Amino acid sequence: MRYIDPHIHMVSRTTDDYAAMARCGCVAVTEPAFWAGFDRSSAAGFADYFGQLTETEPARAAQHGIRHHCWLCINPKEAEDPGLAREVIAEIPRFLDRPNVLGIGEIGLNKNSRNELAVFEAQLDLAASRGLLVLVHTPHLEDKLKGTRMIIDAIARDSRIDPGRVLIDHVEEHTVAQVLDAGFWAGMTLYPDTKCTPQRAADIFETFGLERLWINSAGDWGHSDPLAVPKCRQEMARRGHTAQTIERVSYANPLEFLSQSPRFRADA
Amino acid sequence: MSSKQRIADLYFLEHRAKLIDLAAFLDRVDRAGEPAEPPDFRVRALVRAAAVLTDGAGSRARRVLEMLSDPSTEPARSAAATKGASGAPRQGAL
Repeated sequence: MRYIDPHIHMVSRTTDDYAAMARCGCVAVTEPAFWAGFDRSSAAGFADYFGQLTETEPARAAQHGIRHHCWLCINPKEAEDPGLAREVIAEIPRFLDRPNVLGIGEIGLNKNSRNELAVFEAQLDLAASRGLLVLVHTPHLEDKLKGTRMIIDAIARDSRIDPGRVLIDHVEEHTVAQVLDAGFWAGMTLYPDTKCTPQRAADIFETFGLERLWINSAGDWGHSDPLAVPKCRQEMARRGHTAQTIERVSYANPLEFLSQSPRFRADA
Repeated sequence: MSSKQRIADLYFLEHRAKLIDLAAFLDRVDRAGEPAEPPDFRVRALVRAAAVLTDGAGSRARRVLEMLSDPSTEPARSAAATKGASGAPRQGAL
């Protein structure tokens, strides 16, 4: 059965991971720009990374029959330096017309600071001015609840942005309701220790329904699992959910949101 | 919707092991260091949140997550000192 992993950092994964994902039915991925585990020292470093996301990675994915798309931004973990952030944001437009770019992401907050918020708002402005989709990162652990509230408030202040074109990611039991109630799409990230397990994601589907909700692995260089989406599908099957329900949450829902960009394709 | 029996059949042993792991972790903390040394703020927050498991009020996962969340509402002055998160708020720790 086919699936889409709508948030995974393939630049950090091996070719064997692509092969395993393809064997499990992955037909398309989307890769948000993120933190490399160290702070880049210049806007040129980000430009190189945007080249990797728009040229190198689609070619790697295609070797396994997987469609690769990406989101561009300066991520919240490197947003504390407003000067560098301005330089990076100025670099982004020259990459936006590349054929696998879906929008701006993963922007958001990390430690909920004033500078992070200002950089988030500047990138929302870039997305709104060009009518782009937005993928939002919410903070980790104890910072998530406060950060999610700040993010929703910031987006609401920009009347140009349609919540139906924004995916707020990494929701858990204490943030999913406020995201869905405000009209946004919500993403559940399946991690071994933090965020959601496959079991808890299935619980959230059973509690909140299937509307505007997806699952992703957010696989990266840290403790994560590039096969988390098919494992969640297995968990739902174990509980007796129908093949139609499982396909909806792992294929049809991401297809519906991502197809708001004419560039998104899930066919081989 | 599954029956309570079915849920127990599927998940009981997995969560029995997790509960014993948590108990063993707290024993390990007790054995470590000097007897008078207070537990780390994260451990205190964990013990406090564990009370949710037995209060019978439902929505336990949401309420545990809320108890382990930063309760402040104003933006932080700076994020320059750290990028990481600890898993429990320093404010309000017992």
